[in-house]
Amino acid sequence: MGKPSDLVQGTLDVLILKTLSLEPKHGWAIAKRIQQVSGDVLQVQQGSLYPALHRLEQQGWVRAKWAETETGRQAKFYSLTAAGRKQLDQETANWRRLSAAIDLVIQHT
Amino acid sequence: MRLLDKLRMRLRMLFSRKREVHRLDAELNFHLEELTAENIASGMNPMEARQAALRTFGNPILVREQAGDTWSWNRLERLVHNVRIGIRTLARTPGFAVVSILITAIGIGTNAALFTVVRSVLLKPLPYRDPSRLIRLYEHSTDDKFPRNDVAAGIFAEWKRQNHGFSELAILQSDLGYNLSASGGQLPEKVSAAVCSWDLFPTLGVLPALGRGFSETDDRPSASATAILGWGLWKRRFGGDPAILNQAIHLDAKVYTVIGIMPAWFSYPDQSVQLWTPIYHEINADEMRALDSHDFVVVGRLRPKVTETEAATELSLITARIHNQHLDDPYISKAANSQPLLNDMVGEIKRPLYVLLAAAGCLLAIACLNVASLLVARGATRRRELAIRSALGASRLHQLGEQLTESFLLSVTGGGIGLIMAQLVLRWFASTRQDMARIESIHIDGIVVSFTVVLIVLSAFLAGVISSFSIKSDQIVRALQESSRSQSAGQGRVRLRRWLLSLEVGLTVILLVGAGLLLKSYERLRSVDMGCVTKNVLTMQFSLPEEKYSQPVQRANFFSNLIERVRSLPGVRSAGLVRKLPGQGYAGDTSFSIAERPPLQTGQMQYAMVRWADAGYFAAMGIPILRGHTFDEHQWPGGASQVIISQSFAHQYFEDEDPIGKHLLTRVLPAINPTLFQGRHYGEIVGVVGDTRFHVSKDPQGAMYFPIYSGTFGSAALAVQSDQEVSRLALPIQRIVQQLDPDLAVADILTMDRIIGQSAMDSSFNATLLFVFAVFSLVLAAVGLFGVLSYLVAQRTTEIGIRIALGAQRDEVLRLTLLDGLRPAFIGLVIGLFGSIAAAQFIRSMLYGINPFDPAVFVCVAAILILVATAACVAPAWQASRLDPMTALRSE
Repeated sequence: MGKPSDLVQGTLDVLILKTLSLEPKHGWAIAKRIQQVSGDVLQVQQGSLYPALHRLEQQGWVRAKWAETETGRQAKFYSLTAAGRKQLDQETANWRRLSAAIDLVIQHT
Repeated sequence: MRLLDKLRMRLRMLFSRKREVHRLDAELNFHLEELTAENIASGMNPMEARQAALRTFGNPILVREQAGDTWSWNRLERLVHNVRIGIRTLARTPGFAVVSILITAIGIGTNAALFTVVRSVLLKPLPYRDPSRLIRLYEHSTDDKFPRNDVAAGIFAEWKRQNHGFSELAILQSDLGYNLSASGGQLPEKVSAAVCSWDLFPTLGVLPALGRGFSETDDRPSASATAILGWGLWKRRFGGDPAILNQAIHLDAKVYTVIGIMPAWFSYPDQSVQLWTPIYHEINADEMRALDSHDFVVVGRLRPKVTETEAATELSLITARIHNQHLDDPYISKAANSQPLLNDMVGEIKRPLYVLLAAAGCLLAIACLNVASLLVARGATRRRELAIRSALGASRLHQLGEQLTESFLLSVTGGGIGLIMAQLVLRWFASTRQDMARIESIHIDGIVVSFTVVLIVLSAFLAGVISSFSIKSDQIVRALQESSRSQSAGQGRVRLRRWLLSLEVGLTVILLVGAGLLLKSYERLRSVDMGCVTKNVLTMQFSLPEEKYSQPVQRANFFSNLIERVRSLPGVRSAGLVRKLPGQGYAGDTSFSIAERPPLQTGQMQYAMVRWADAGYFAAMGIPILRGHTFDEHQWPGGASQVIISQSFAHQYFEDEDPIGKHLLTRVLPAINPTLFQGRHYGEIVGVVGDTRFHVSKDPQGAMYFPIYSGTFGSAALAVQSDQEVSRLALPIQRIVQQLDPDLAVADILTMDRIIGQSAMDSSFNATLLFVFAVFSLVLAAVGLFGVLSYLVAQRTTEIGIRIALGAQRDEVLRLTLLDGLRPAFIGLVIGLFGSIAAAQFIRSMLYGINPFDPAVFVCVAAILILVATAACVAPAWQASRLDPMTALRSE
């Protein structure tokens, strides 16, 4: 359950951007974090995560840098760019509007 | 900011793609290891942990590809990949690659070359200012026989005075030359020149590169003589020295001041003209006032907002008014005519050029079809490979991409080579067709290159798409099954190739018929009876300068001295003089009346071509004297009263009557013969000679010969007939001329054969070119037939083997296979013959003396085609019938 393909189109992007808004993370940590925060409801498949990350990078919303992890290994850390932050705000607002609307419909019918 | 980021990203993806791939691998690996580490932490042993991790992770290769799909430049990467694969597959079959590239190169090269010619000559505007406003003007002759007649200078003067439609109007005459006298150690030479009114250059909107143009005051009889040089003449003869400006040169032994040099690109009326002089200064005032001697070219520039029709209508009205004022002179035209200057300059070569371009187009189509057919054949041998790849997940689009890339590779390489070939062809073209209008403007430019690129893309698409028609996804399974025993090829593929072949053969037939018609017409042209001997006749031109030979007697003396000395040269059988040789053009006519007949009614026209000759001319040219005799010896200035007429003339005006002893009255006679007949100057007909042609493709016309010894003109052609190789006489004759007058230049030393050859040049050129195209396509079609049948036989080796083993007669096998190969040829032949009927209609005006549906040509082409097709099919069919069934069956 909770396969990202079930998610509304583009939602994975918001999740990733949001996760990165606090601090830079590598792919593994992003997946873990989304899983944790959602209380294991959302499990991001690698087959979706990496294409999404690369797409965001191509779009210039995130920037990648190789750095050491706390365990001393080299990993690719993604961080949010200014444009990415703007995109996140916009997407978040969109999401709020959409989910509120869906809520309304569900409650009133 | 974001743009910058994106740009940096794009650059990185473009230039360090390899590193990015490594990084992606490392990133995914890291993830996998973290996953494994987590699994170990939850208590699995390392082996289990890794396998579990792989299970959750999914197919790492797939993930890598999906991530890679988001990268930019993927398309480019795929293209590079396809190109690499394309090059590799082509390199694996070098024979196929070389043949296809060559075929494409020939197809594209010929098209690029011909398009360049068509564009430079026909489509590009003239290099003058606002060239679309430039109009060539004509008179329309009263008898409607010459709707585009040259203009009389008197009419021009009236046009110029009265018209409102033209901002400028200029007059010129170009078929004349000057003796440029020896100077500074250079030999005398005859230079082609034009006399023009002072405003010709302003009309065209051209300024001299150096010095000044003519002014109104230069263009008067009383002005001092001035001349403008062409760039080429200036460079060649005067070493490109600007000091020649305002210096004197000697033209026809008179002093002229050089006032200007025209720019290098400039040519008008044609490339050969290298010298311009003012017309009213050069040509006598009587002639410039005459209303009925149609000798001049008139060019005008339309005023803004005036249309060509309006302007021409006004000139017609002016002309009609003059006509009505002189009703006694029917030679004064009553209307004017016009056409854009560009049409006037290129009108005659338009159709031949378009025909050649169309032929080149056919050749390219055939080349494309052939390449497509080769690709189909090769696709067939790679069928199993493609099927396996499809089965492994290569998409149909992907394969189509590869196929297209491959045909693009072929086209681009072929097109590149073709463009180089075109450059060479054009250089050859420009050197062989000096006579063609605007030939100097031919060169490859941006438009031509774009045209070539379009051709390359088109032919790549044509070849690629046609050949990939045969890849059908639903055939994969069948291909795999079929291939398990390759007894029969995919029928669809073979059918496609057959259709391609039929089409190819059809186009070839059209080209062959076109070439056949033109060749036959050329052959007719060359075998036309000119009415004179053409073998071993040498001709040369000279003109005696006015200044030195101002008296007719001086000219006559020169002529007679020359002829006498030439006749005494060893090897000379006979020699004669004439103003215009057969094949050298119409060269003017004059009106006449017959003294023994009642006068003509007012407005009735009667005119015939004029020739000036000496007594020996007819013998020298082998023109038979049918009645009477040639000129007497005494036809000298002051006493030249004899006329000789041609057979057509006699036939037309005397019918059964004997013309000998009759008298002609013409306006050329008073000058040469002061004696009177019935109160008028007369010429007595003393002989009737055979007809000659003034142009190879024009029927002979009635002509009157007047004695050249009357000394009216100083220019003449010498014709010498010899028993031996006549060109050996050229030097001794030139030496005689030099002895008589060291300043006199001899020009155009040509054999009669050459003159006629030049006059049939167009026709030979078109025929040769079309013939070459046709042969090319015939070879291509034959190769195509051979290829298809060989392929079929190879595919059916087993089947044929079985048949033979079961007792099929070898003759029967031979016959069947042969028919199989010939069927597309026959279908193509039928298509082609129908197409040819349309094509022949189109080239009708280029043909001479034959019907466009000449049955001999059609039959011949059909026979050749069947012969070639059979020859192409015999080898594979023979091979099939000689198959050893055992070997055939073992070959699987």
